[in-house]
Amino acid sequence: MMDQVVTQASDAAGSLRHIRADFPILTQKVHGKDLVFLDSAASAQKPRQVIDCMAETMRTQYANIHRGLYWMSERTTEAYEAVRDQVAGFLGAGAREEIIFTRNSTEAINLVAHSYGSLLRPGQVVLISEMEHHANIVPWQMLRDRAGIELRVTPVTDDGALDMEALGQNLSDGRVALVAITHMSNVLGTITDARAIADMAHAAGAKVLFDGSQLAVHRRVNVRELDADFYVLTGHKLYGPTGIGVLWARREILDEMPPFLGGGDMISTVSFGRSTWAPVPHKFEAGTPAIIETIGLGAAISYIESIGFDRIGAHEEALTAHALKALGQVSGLKVIGTAPERGGVISFTMADVHPHDIATLLDRNGIAVRAGHHCAEPLMRRLGVSATARASFGIYTTPEEIDLLAATLVQIRGFFV
Amino acid sequence: MTQDDLYRTVVLQRTKTPLYAGKLAQANAQGQGTNPLCGDRVHLHAVIDAQGRIDAIRHETRGCAICAASADLMAERVTGQEPARIRQLHADMEAAVQTGNAPAALGELSAFAPLHRHRSRIRCAMLPWTALMEMLNDDKDR
Ligand SMILES: Cc1ncc(COP(=O)(O)O)c(C=O)c1O
Repeated sequence: MMDQVVTQASDAAGSLRHIRADFPILTQKVHGKDLVFLDSAASAQKPRQVIDCMAETMRTQYANIHRGLYWMSERTTEAYEAVRDQVAGFLGAGAREEIIFTRNSTEAINLVAHSYGSLLRPGQVVLISEMEHHANIVPWQMLRDRAGIELRVTPVTDDGALDMEALGQNLSDGRVALVAITHMSNVLGTITDARAIADMAHAAGAKVLFDGSQLAVHRRVNVRELDADFYVLTGHKLYGPTGIGVLWARREILDEMPPFLGGGDMISTVSFGRSTWAPVPHKFEAGTPAIIETIGLGAAISYIESIGFDRIGAHEEALTAHALKALGQVSGLKVIGTAPERGGVISFTMADVHPHDIATLLDRNGIAVRAGHHCAEPLMRRLGVSATARASFGIYTTPEEIDLLAATLVQIRGFFV
Repeated sequence: MTQDDLYRTVVLQRTKTPLYAGKLAQANAQGQGTNPLCGDRVHLHAVIDAQGRIDAIRHETRGCAICAASADLMAERVTGQEPARIRQLHADMEAAVQTGNAPAALGELSAFAPLHRHRSRIRCAMLPWTALMEMLNDDKDR
């Protein structure tokens, strides 16, 4: 039994070593120290599989897509469209046409707010939560101011979970058209019960959008099992490049929605009198897309799937438990957000030491964390803090790195008392 | 861990035990600075004489160590100074954090020169000076 535990642990350490070897940046030094990168929730580092794939595309197989009648363009179009199939599989989508490529999550949510939002009528409600990223707040505020809808906010409980009872009350008048809620908080690490939220929304006659920017990195998502209507994610947090994000939505909803941006690629016919739209997904992909980045996202998804969410999830759960324990031993440190269902994103404050000072002093020791309001100012206000420090983990994060974080925090605290 | 040249003793001391924190009952000038990125805030209260000289100044700071120490050292340095001199100090301070070379006249304020290697934190040290410049400009308009 003991032997087995030891073997499992060393297997894990072995595969972690292999994973780390895929990320060239992890050998960099910062201020003369080994880089300890604990800011993956802001943007993850890239494996050589992604870097090489993008470079190789530019070296050997690149032309504009959907337009050229020549070999090189056709091959690039195939590579680009193959990623649509891949993402459809990754999210458990019903059809490849349900995958729309965007620049990032922010653009995906703005697309829904503009296009689906234009179908809403004054008096209808969009319901968000108190723990949304600004990307899932501001587009709805802009829609409210444009279209006269109401924006409603469901609170979080003191431990940082979504208040499901309040959600039910917010849905009870039957005026909510869309519930738009994060699947995992980028501040608290809280994972929301998406299936329960979808059931409640549907029972009240509302559609539901999940912001999967954080969750899709850590857990397998199946949009049909979640019974979602919209789902968004962003490539750069998923070990892929910047400039590529995804909107998934049900085919019948996409068919009803008007285009977002106008231009090339999204039309069927154009005359000065009027134009007609291409069918989905192209109706929503105006102009030359991020071709190389999309192909890079495909490489990132292949990479993640080669590791598998079972291993990714197990690694992250072990790390998070380890981190909560290690950080719990730092005197004066307070973890913000203690919901039982959570992932590897940990916000904290440390007695009188300002988060900016924490971040700068950690950086001097090679440790990268985020400090500030994390694009979630309303949540900060609710929690009664103006800023927090945040450590977040990726598939390459090691328990030793977390121990170093905790030990360095103890020293920093020592400076200030 | 590396003892940081930025978090020198003087910076830590002034954060922990500021000498110029608080309000002034007789204040006839106020200045405010806020950093929307982190919510840090500096509120200055000063007594300015007819020639525009700062007779006394206090700060209320909600912010990081760099911001709080900068406010306290600034208050000490500008007490008794004329506006022209203060503007020169502001320019020297700006030069120090941008280049890492502190003009000799800065004295203890040169503690912030290492910020040129921490560009994201320059704003923290300059926030009290933003508040001070706002106060002087208001006073000039009076
Ligand atoms: C929960 C959440 N939603 C949305 C976003 C926005 O992602 P992007 O900036 O890539 O659009 C982020 C990233 O910071 C996030 O954490």
